[in-house]
Amino acid sequence: MSTVLFDAPGPRSRRYMQAGNVVGAVVVLGILAWVLWTLHGKGQLDAGLWRAATNPRSWQYYYLPGLQNTLRAAAFATVGAVVFGVIFGMGRLSPVRVVRWFSSVIVEFFRAVPVLLMMVFLNVLFGVSLKDVVPESAFAAVVVALVLYNGSVIAELVRSGVGNLPRGQKEAGLSIGLTAGQTLRSVELPQALIAMLPAVVSQLVVVLKDSALGQLIGYQETLRSAQILASGGGNPLQTLFVAAVLFVILNVALSWVAHRLARRLSSRTSGKAEAGPGIGPSLAVTRAAPAEV
Amino acid sequence: MTEFLEILRQYDVLGAFWVNLQLTFWGALLAFVVGTVLAVMRISPLASLRWAGTTYVDLVRNIPLTVIMVFLVLAVWGQLGVVLSQDFARNFFLLAVVGLGVYHAAFVCEAIRSGVNTVPVGQAEAARAIGLPFLAAARIVVLPQAFRGAVAPLGNTLIALLKNSTVAAAASVSTETSTAMKTMLEFRPDYRWEIFLTFAVGFVVLVIPIGLATTWLSSRLAVKR
Repeated sequence: MSTVLFDAPGPRSRRYMQAGNVVGAVVVLGILAWVLWTLHGKGQLDAGLWRAATNPRSWQYYYLPGLQNTLRAAAFATVGAVVFGVIFGMGRLSPVRVVRWFSSVIVEFFRAVPVLLMMVFLNVLFGVSLKDVVPESAFAAVVVALVLYNGSVIAELVRSGVGNLPRGQKEAGLSIGLTAGQTLRSVELPQALIAMLPAVVSQLVVVLKDSALGQLIGYQETLRSAQILASGGGNPLQTLFVAAVLFVILNVALSWVAHRLARRLSSRTSGKAEAGPGIGPSLAVTRAAPAEV
Repeated sequence: MTEFLEILRQYDVLGAFWVNLQLTFWGALLAFVVGTVLAVMRISPLASLRWAGTTYVDLVRNIPLTVIMVFLVLAVWGQLGVVLSQDFARNFFLLAVVGLGVYHAAFVCEAIRSGVNTVPVGQAEAARAIGLPFLAAARIVVLPQAFRGAVAPLGNTLIALLKNSTVAAAASVSTETSTAMKTMLEFRPDYRWEIFLTFAVGFVVLVIPIGLATTWLSSRLAVKR
């Protein structure tokens, strides 16, 4: 609870709050009950439909292979995005103007273009003109599109991570006789990279969620598997529910790791280690780079 | 250059962008309303409402938007028979708006909450110290500063919403940009770079002003501390 808005309640407010609490709980439970009742009325709580969506066969042939493809794309995309991000993040900090300018254009461009557009385009590019080089065009399109977008976000994290370090770190580096480049590499970047780790883990949530866009270009990931399973059983509500639960479990676990990391790492850097918001460019980015978006 | 002009003449690129802008507008409106309600629930003193708000946000922001869109079309419309409009295309458009609104409401809620968190406790304490009752303290002291602090994250959410409006393709909205681009790429694979750049630059042109405006607004409105 936010401590800004409320004082510790007295006896009378506590009575009011208890009453309000009960009313609130009744309303929330009422809405839930209404949803379940409607579903029941339409026969959607029928055990047969749910059994078809959760039996071992559907896990063996649909969810697990789908999940495997989702994780495979996310794993490749994560590694690529971190590499891309560190390279272009350093590029944006470079003392050479041309490098800085080039990195900025790349990063800003790929942050502004919707991931889905990149996937659709890359799928055609890989599938038509690079058919001999790229064996699996949908997979490659998903991975490359995710790398370009999330790599750009990570590049911003690198830059803002360095920018958020206390000024004394750089001054200390310079005053013991290191050059600006040496200070960046051996004093600032190591701390910035540790500080940004939780935000990178939060970005993995975005990677996982966006990998579901692969469904639209025919990549056989979790969502698509659930959809195919449903087309046989006529139960998309149930199978998509299972797919959504799978995503929630994975992402909640990732967010938990991010928060744990943020707490553990904060003593190992003078930067600010905090988890990202899990959508678009993180808040930390906005705060550190007010001049350009 | 002539290739670009030919693309623009042959296909209704601007019309496709217009659909995305409409999706964004209505989606943002819905997301803002629902998100504000959620934020109020999450900062209220009532544990049950706080719990409901937190559960909504934690669930919705961990589900891919694509799953929500497909769910709305296949399950809510197809299986449950919820019809939002008799017109076929309009029905999908409205379903996509609902999907965008429901999904981004979670992020609007977080943006507003992070705005509240930017207000130092000392502000509320000072308000109480000069004898302001709870509502007055919230209205005069805390909330105005909270909204100023929420401008930047709200802008980020709006940008994400604009970009995510392409996911309406998963809700069978066939006139928006990603579907339009897919069709164009199928018919004119020889112009694929030009087609992609046209759409990509279109989004850059839309996103950058929103970003600049948000940054300008948030630094202008920021409470100097």
